[in-house]
Amino acid sequence: MPATPETTIEADPKLPIIRITREFAATPGQLFRAHTDPALFARWVGPGAASTRIDHWDARTGGSWRYIATVGGTEHAFRGCFHEVRPDRIVQTFTYEGEPDGVALETLWFEDLGGGRSRLRSQSLADSFEGRDAWLASGMESGVNEGYAKLQRMVDDGAV
Amino acid sequence: MATDTLTRVFSALADPTRRDIVARLAEGDATVGQLAGPYRMTLQAVYKHLRVLEDAGLVSRPQGPQPRPVRLETEVLTQMEIWIERYRRRAEQRYRRLDALLATMSNIDETGGTDDASDPRDDHRG
Repeated sequence: MPATPETTIEADPKLPIIRITREFAATPGQLFRAHTDPALFARWVGPGAASTRIDHWDARTGGSWRYIATVGGTEHAFRGCFHEVRPDRIVQTFTYEGEPDGVALETLWFEDLGGGRSRLRSQSLADSFEGRDAWLASGMESGVNEGYAKLQRMVDDGAV
Repeated sequence: MATDTLTRVFSALADPTRRDIVARLAEGDATVGQLAGPYRMTLQAVYKHLRVLEDAGLVSRPQGPQPRPVRLETEVLTQMEIWIERYRRRAEQRYRRLDALLATMSNIDETGGTDDASDPRDDHRG
């Protein structure tokens, strides 16, 4: 089987949009479940060093969600609404409660590639270029936080 | 690179004329007059666009004899690519966790087993 191509990303210069595409060795149905079943979702959503606790989850058209990611002892809460949930597409809003005025509109597409493979396309439309760029920049902070978390584990394990 | 710098770069590139100027400068330095050539706009308007690009750190006009050439500063674009690449890598890490999860789901596919159930899932990734 050919290796799964890595994630591709595009930051649109004309609109505050980030587009991400990735293929998976799974059916669209499995991909859909991994995005709508809260127990499954909590197992893979990041960042890497985070543990995710689902506070509220109603993955239906018109429903809403909220989860809390704990990174290095610090809690970060995220919430939004499921605008539309259907097998081939999810449209939802996304707010980081640390920046409560910001809201992004996310669309996910689950495309069947046949042979048990599918493509996930996601588009995040921020409410401003500043908001979008802060998202891009947040990778830095997260990297730092993950570093702290790793250090904390080493301390806890007596390795430091 | 601070967030506001990145924002300046992105908003500078949000304009089609400025994107075109950057694309042309990627092929080599040019004077303001040469840059203005293909556009139906005054030199003054071109200078205005160049000032936005200059403020974002995307172009510079090194001191020298007139007419001073405009130069593309690729450093800023490289910085931006680094940021985007970091973000991409984070997404890739997240999706590798999703790969692992999907591999455990392969036997309980709710779609009714229309897919090849014997398909060995690619859960081993380099």
